[in-house]
Amino acid sequence: MAVGLDFGALADYAPVFAKGVAVTCELTLVVGGLGLALGILCAWVRTQGPRVIRPFVSIYVELIRNTPFLIQLFFIFFGLPAVGVSLGEMEAAILAMVVNLGAYACEIIRAGIEATPRGQYEASASLAMSRLQTFRYVVLRPALQRIWPALTSQLVIVMFGSAVCSQIAVEDITFAANFIQSRNFRAFEAYIAATLLYLALALLLRQGMRMLALVLFPRRRAVR
Amino acid sequence: MSLIAVTEVRKRFGANEVLKGINLDVAPGEVIAIIGKSGSGKSTLLRCINGLETIDEGSIMVAGAQLADDELHLRALRLKVGMIFQGFNLFPHLSAGRNVMLSPMVVKKISAKEAEAEARARLAQVGLEHKFDAYPDELSGGQQQRVAIARALAMRPLALLCDEITSALDPELVNEVLQVVGKLAEEGMTLLMVTHEMRFAREVCDRVVFMHQGRVHEIGPPDIVFESPKTLELRQFLGMT
Repeated sequence: MAVGLDFGALADYAPVFAKGVAVTCELTLVVGGLGLALGILCAWVRTQGPRVIRPFVSIYVELIRNTPFLIQLFFIFFGLPAVGVSLGEMEAAILAMVVNLGAYACEIIRAGIEATPRGQYEASASLAMSRLQTFRYVVLRPALQRIWPALTSQLVIVMFGSAVCSQIAVEDITFAANFIQSRNFRAFEAYIAATLLYLALALLLRQGMRMLALVLFPRRRAVR
Repeated sequence: MSLIAVTEVRKRFGANEVLKGINLDVAPGEVIAIIGKSGSGKSTLLRCINGLETIDEGSIMVAGAQLADDELHLRALRLKVGMIFQGFNLFPHLSAGRNVMLSPMVVKKISAKEAEAEARARLAQVGLEHKFDAYPDELSGGQQQRVAIARALAMRPLALLCDEITSALDPELVNEVLQVVGKLAEEGMTLLMVTHEMRFAREVCDRVVFMHQGRVHEIGPPDIVFESPKTLELRQFLGMT
């Protein structure tokens, strides 16, 4: 059976894809920034923060890492209105993705923090720096450098997570592909286009993270 | 009055008592070498003096600051004593200059401009003013250790604790570090150093402390300690029997 491919059929829908790309990029950038900040905060609490709040962070991290993202998203979008919190689809998507990335990033960053050589803490202490100053100025940057590749992969996964958000009508790339194939019945072409767009964006994101690393971490990783 | 007063200090790691009642008074400007076999407690003693290890009994005072277990007291004490480590422990993500600038800026809250001037002066003091922008991984071990000394000096400590600071260095790099330390001693810095450099200890130090099994076994001026050791253990340590 010959399959006739007709990408020309997609041309009319280019603006739909363009919107999808914009939404996916927006979600990834906003969520990447906020999720990373949340991850750093949680990793700090879990490694050296106040002991009284450590269990709460642990519960949050384990709850998120051991339940499906789709359920987390549905809970926020469909579940929360029952207690009076109604969010638009973009707000719900951003919240769900930040909460999700925060938990995974916490564990990745924690690994980087725990690999800090003891000598770095002792040198900081002998220079009269407080624990918080030590974390901020001495520990954090090399810790992020150690786990940057893992963090990059997690960010790519989060970007793909935005595809799930099409389920609550967030108009991302996946939403665009679904929409298009329901109109012109060209599913094959629509999903190939979506695949290529995701591939291009993921490679771009990885490259962006590599370049960010060059700015943030001027030195290669310390041996000791 | 003594600058550092160590009184009846005891320290245990589990069942193993590594310091068994140490007494040591260090006068301002005094240079003291602590020698002894590994496991004799000399590094532990040094680390207790600026609170990197807690003590189980006794007291430690540095220029009126009492060693106590809370962060406030510890930081007050650590403002008075600097420490230099065997493994240098420079911050790998910061240039030499930034390594020296960091603590004055975040702890003493001085401006970046002042901190930079101070860092350049301290690096010049250790002969590395031209390495301000070099990162630790671009420096030799001896240079890294000299940056570490400059970093400690930038906090204007009253005394410096040196924990086997040449032990991780290649033999040809030892002297450049010892020269810097010797110069500090001449300029009147109070130094307490755990060292295996016996010749240096003999030439530079005012007193030598020989530690054995967690106690100060012998103490005295270097010519006495090295020429006529009183105990069998010290004679054995010095290879005289």
